[in-house]
Amino acid sequence: MMRVNARTLPFLATLGVFILLYALCALQYPAMLSSRVIANLLTDNAFLGVLAVGMTFVILSGGIDLSVGAVMGFTTVALAVMIEGAGLHPLVSFTIMLVGGALFGCGIGAAIHWLKAPPFIVTLTAMFLARGAALLLSTDSIPVRHEFYQTLSGLSLTLPGGGRLGLIALLMLLAFVAGGVLLHFTRAGLKVYALGGNARFAGLMGIDTARTTILVYGVSSTMAALAGIIFSLYTRSGYALTGVGVELDAIAAVVIGGTLLSGGVGGMAGSLIGVLIQGLILTWITFDGSLSSWWTKIAIGMLLFIFIGLQRLILQFSAPTRRTG
Amino acid sequence: MSGWFMAARSRLILLALVLLANVAVAPGFLELRLVEGRLFGGIIDILNRGAPVILLAIGMAPVIATRGIDLSVGAIMAIAGAVAAASVNAGHAWPVAVLAALGTGLVCGLWNGVLVTIFRLQPIVATLILMVAGRGIAQMITEGRVLTFTDDGLAGVSSATLLGLPLPVLIALAAAMITGLLVRATALGLFIEAVGTSPRAARLAGVPAPGILIGVYVWSGLMAALAGLIAAADIRGADANNAGLWLELDAILAVVIGGTSLYGGRFSISLSVLGAVILQGMRTCILRAGLPPELNLLLMALVIALVLVVQSPACQPAIARLTTRLRRRGAA
Repeated sequence: MMRVNARTLPFLATLGVFILLYALCALQYPAMLSSRVIANLLTDNAFLGVLAVGMTFVILSGGIDLSVGAVMGFTTVALAVMIEGAGLHPLVSFTIMLVGGALFGCGIGAAIHWLKAPPFIVTLTAMFLARGAALLLSTDSIPVRHEFYQTLSGLSLTLPGGGRLGLIALLMLLAFVAGGVLLHFTRAGLKVYALGGNARFAGLMGIDTARTTILVYGVSSTMAALAGIIFSLYTRSGYALTGVGVELDAIAAVVIGGTLLSGGVGGMAGSLIGVLIQGLILTWITFDGSLSSWWTKIAIGMLLFIFIGLQRLILQFSAPTRRTG
Repeated sequence: MSGWFMAARSRLILLALVLLANVAVAPGFLELRLVEGRLFGGIIDILNRGAPVILLAIGMAPVIATRGIDLSVGAIMAIAGAVAAASVNAGHAWPVAVLAALGTGLVCGLWNGVLVTIFRLQPIVATLILMVAGRGIAQMITEGRVLTFTDDGLAGVSSATLLGLPLPVLIALAAAMITGLLVRATALGLFIEAVGTSPRAARLAGVPAPGILIGVYVWSGLMAALAGLIAAADIRGADANNAGLWLELDAILAVVIGGTSLYGGRFSISLSVLGAVILQGMRTCILRAGLPPELNLLLMALVIALVLVVQSPACQPAIARLTTRLRRRGAA
């Protein structure tokens, strides 16, 4: 029973914090309860949510991916260049970017596995590579005026109360469902947990660690490319400096969502709540109007600190036999 | 000393290549001129522009040697710059502002050190907190704008000349020498490497591991504060958003090029400084050649990839075989 608690308590705490925050916001501004605000919360944070799906895989496997923001930025520029410059149909461009993202991620995973290099330095290299390539494509913001973009952004699901859930919000929710199924209901997902629990034991148990590592970073980069597509649809433009520092927001969302940064413990649902908590803080600051947006950074830093401290305590109490040092 | 040259051989070759590239781009790059008691020239320029990254690398090398990492140095630069600017604007004398900034760096480093040592957080996570929140704190101090100042004393941190050299160069050299002496003239460096190799063995051998760990993060914070002072003095203002942005990555890269293992246990201050100078040389070369500065990111990626491949355990046997074969051929 203790172990179940240790695994679910961080998630429950996150959920509790989210509900509490939402209730406080709603008390102050009753308009927060309208479905328009909720729909906007999901739409405005769609790209972050998609990144968090990929980052959940990576962190569960005991790694870290610093390249996702740069891959996202590269995708927005490459899409703009392909659609506006080369005249490709958006759907064709989307497919190219998703496949390209997957291959890029597989390369990262392969480098981490076979070079036995720490993930953060490999993904840092990937970040320089993607950001440099994006800036070489164009340093300007390129607008995308294809009519297919208009059609796509017109698609939406109307919620009771007038809120419109746009295509990109639906894509994010779909990514969470697909990621959740892959992680929690397939053998591949189980291997990710095993790898994060202890890479050596996973190898000794006969788990193909090379394939799992490649899968994890492949998923992460694919999700980063999808986030780029979403951001491109959201802003209808491509800019190389899109998503600078967004990898940290994604990592924060995953950690606030109850996934241990040391890997092996956590889940997909928490990451969604983690994203929504960040979005909620930003929405509240917008409603308030008098605070600057940089309070978000301090608030997220404090939340990170509290949640990491909480994880530490839970680990210490749930595993009394484990000695550190 | 010959041992140092052996260890530094590959980096010195790299540095020579970078300098040659600079000469190819701008003939007369190596010339030194004395104008009004101040040296001018390409090399001085590289050292002057590279001073912040050199300082960060000096702080980062011991941290990485303990198997840690300090992601927050860029944010600490921003906070320290903001504190200095705010205190001269509040009417304090510039030495007070400098001390306040350095004190801020100490406190930030202490926070990181306590999180890593007492709360036992992974270093990448512990310093991530300050990296995320730090820029918010800096913006709180500057109230969200670029806080400019007119105090000539504080601006002098970047523009003053001493002994014919720009002050940032002297600060960086002095920091390198003090740190080098601290770790190599005493057993401190050995202790740091012992903690990085095996914290448990170090403790059993009587090394005061917690003190060492906190100490390296405090030192890194102090170096970051110095770098932040130079960056703020350079533009006569504290820019909370952009001061030191991504410089933590440059610093890590400089340390890695300097041959410090990311797995802890081996570090060199002088080689890390060399790494930072090589990076700055690359950047200068690209700028002087009129190439897009974005190319620098790709080049840096290429350099790390190269270092990673060479350092990787998978490639070590192959490299060892290659060098013995070359040596044999040289002997025959």
